[in-house]
Amino acid sequence: MSILVNNNTRLIVQGITGREGMFHAEQMIAYGTKVVGGVTPGKGGQWAVGVPVFDSVRDAVRATEANTSIIYVPAAFSPDAILEAVDAGIKLVVCITEGVPTLDMVRVRAYVDQSDARLIGPNCPGLITPGQAKVGIMPGHIHIPGNVGVVSRSGTLTYEVVAALTARGIGQSTAVGIGGDPIIGSTFIDILELFEADPDTEQVVMIGEIGGTDEEEAARFIRDHLTKPVTGFIAGQTAPPGKRMGHAGAIISGGKGTAAEKVQALEAAGVRMAKQPTDIAQLVAANIGL
Amino acid sequence: MNLHEYQSKRVFARYGIPIPKGEVASTPTEAREIAGKLGGKVVVKSQVLVGGRGKAGGIKLALDKDDAEEKAKAILGMDIKGLTVGKVLVDEAADIKDEIYLGLVIDRAQRRVVMMGSSEGGVDIEEVAATMPEKIVKIAIDPCIGFRAYQAMDLASALGIPKELTRSFAQIASGLYSAFVESDASLAEINPLVVTGDGKLLAVDGKMSIDDNALYRHKNLAELRDPSEEDPYEVEARRYDLSYVKLDGDIGCMVNGAGLSMATMDMIKLFGGAPANFLDIGGGATAERVAAALRIILSDQNVKTVLINIFGGITRCDEVARGIVTALGEVGVTVPMVVRLVGTNEAEGRAILADAKMETANTLAEAAQKAVNASQS
Repeated sequence: MSILVNNNTRLIVQGITGREGMFHAEQMIAYGTKVVGGVTPGKGGQWAVGVPVFDSVRDAVRATEANTSIIYVPAAFSPDAILEAVDAGIKLVVCITEGVPTLDMVRVRAYVDQSDARLIGPNCPGLITPGQAKVGIMPGHIHIPGNVGVVSRSGTLTYEVVAALTARGIGQSTAVGIGGDPIIGSTFIDILELFEADPDTEQVVMIGEIGGTDEEEAARFIRDHLTKPVTGFIAGQTAPPGKRMGHAGAIISGGKGTAAEKVQALEAAGVRMAKQPTDIAQLVAANIGL
Repeated sequence: MNLHEYQSKRVFARYGIPIPKGEVASTPTEAREIAGKLGGKVVVKSQVLVGGRGKAGGIKLALDKDDAEEKAKAILGMDIKGLTVGKVLVDEAADIKDEIYLGLVIDRAQRRVVMMGSSEGGVDIEEVAATMPEKIVKIAIDPCIGFRAYQAMDLASALGIPKELTRSFAQIASGLYSAFVESDASLAEINPLVVTGDGKLLAVDGKMSIDDNALYRHKNLAELRDPSEEDPYEVEARRYDLSYVKLDGDIGCMVNGAGLSMATMDMIKLFGGAPANFLDIGGGATAERVAAALRIILSDQNVKTVLINIFGGITRCDEVARGIVTALGEVGVTVPMVVRLVGTNEAEGRAILADAKMETANTLAEAAQKAVNASQS
């Protein structure tokens, strides 16, 4: 087992005829993901990377029975793309796009919360269940199937950690990038809850960064609800206050959201914190006697 | 993007929020003319994008136009926390009876816009939050329903606004919410909102921050950006969609992804070095963007070593390598460079860089260690 994506995932790609959409649709197909179609308004009836293109998500769902969607459309159109997917009955919507205005996400998230769909992102690398389905932009080859669940606000830092796990022969159940924006569809807690319930996940790696209080809330959740061991890392120990560090959500404001506070909260909740990202794999290995 | 006080207050005024009469001056003579037109006492206020202007001597009361000219002379050109004052706002002085705080922010944990009010106006709200949090009243606003009259009434009563002013307060609060939402703000505050001697409400000071991601649909606000207030490297970086933050160290960093960029900086520090900057080239960077990034890093005179750390996902290593080669062709590089390229199209990327005679590394730790060693040799 795994969480959220697996062999039953039937994926459509919103923005499949764009540069990034096409490149990554191809990569996902090559990985073995069941990509059943794509959506680009006005290009219905065409084919792209070997799959049919539809004018709308509704058309795509009707024709392909897609249950998952990944979004590669520009930021100005992403809120609409998410809402369209939710309205068409897609159960898992993954939005890769970076730069979606925060107030748009406040409204979109409120709408998604009223539906039975789950949103991952925006501004995220997506998620992967190694050997089954890759719904994202991560390099597939660095992952191997296994029992470590990975959840992270970062993209490339996660690749770093996953590659180190794989190098030690430690596989992953599912790796989820939740995204670096202030308002995202699924938070640490949402994903931790799924990992706790997944029989194939034996331990969890959680990678946070400065800004906001998601890590602190996750710490409380871990203390109260998680029976599986958690290893953590927080990026941004050297980040100056008041400056946005790339991610819209990575900012220390009013003295809040520092790495030190987050490390402290997680340590108090029993999470083993790595001093540097390269130590994570070692701590995980120690948990399983390697 | 932060707006100046006068810019913020002009936005507020468009939403029916009463602000003092006033105009902006760049010279003492202009300040004198404005004060003359206003008549009576005025306040001369430096327009710089930092807090604590008053404490730094950047806000002064002037008794008449002669005095306004004097005060403007003292304030213009003044250095406040590293920024030079180029403009002053000359406002009619308000007859202050009471000061209130009214602000809006996006509360990430609640995923809502939250209105905050406090009877302790005129001081830094973060200070109030730290010392007397009970003095701050918060109202979370449903994005689908918007800000409602009853919420304004609740807030007015909690803040002890006099009965005869509640209607006017409700209009101001609701105007502030509209200004916030329609400007895609991340912060809008009136501090203080003053109760005047003649029983009126007046937004004496104001502050707004606009979501950079939304500026594409607010051309009028985007034009208000004041590059003279910003680090020139950061201005240049923005032209190429790069996230760049200048720091004090000597190891220039070019990384893809915010988390990895921060982790790379953390590693440099851990190994005893100091990063010269944060630079995230973003996802799917083109060769052109990479070349611009490298030019910006190399134009910082403090940089003694460059560390390039790329873990390709949506970013392709071959594009990055092409950008590096382009930049090297344009700029004469005299500092050592350490490059680590892994992930999407890494073999192609490495092949492109094979002739570039750069120090290479396989892991993040190795790359950081080599960069620190190079910067210290």
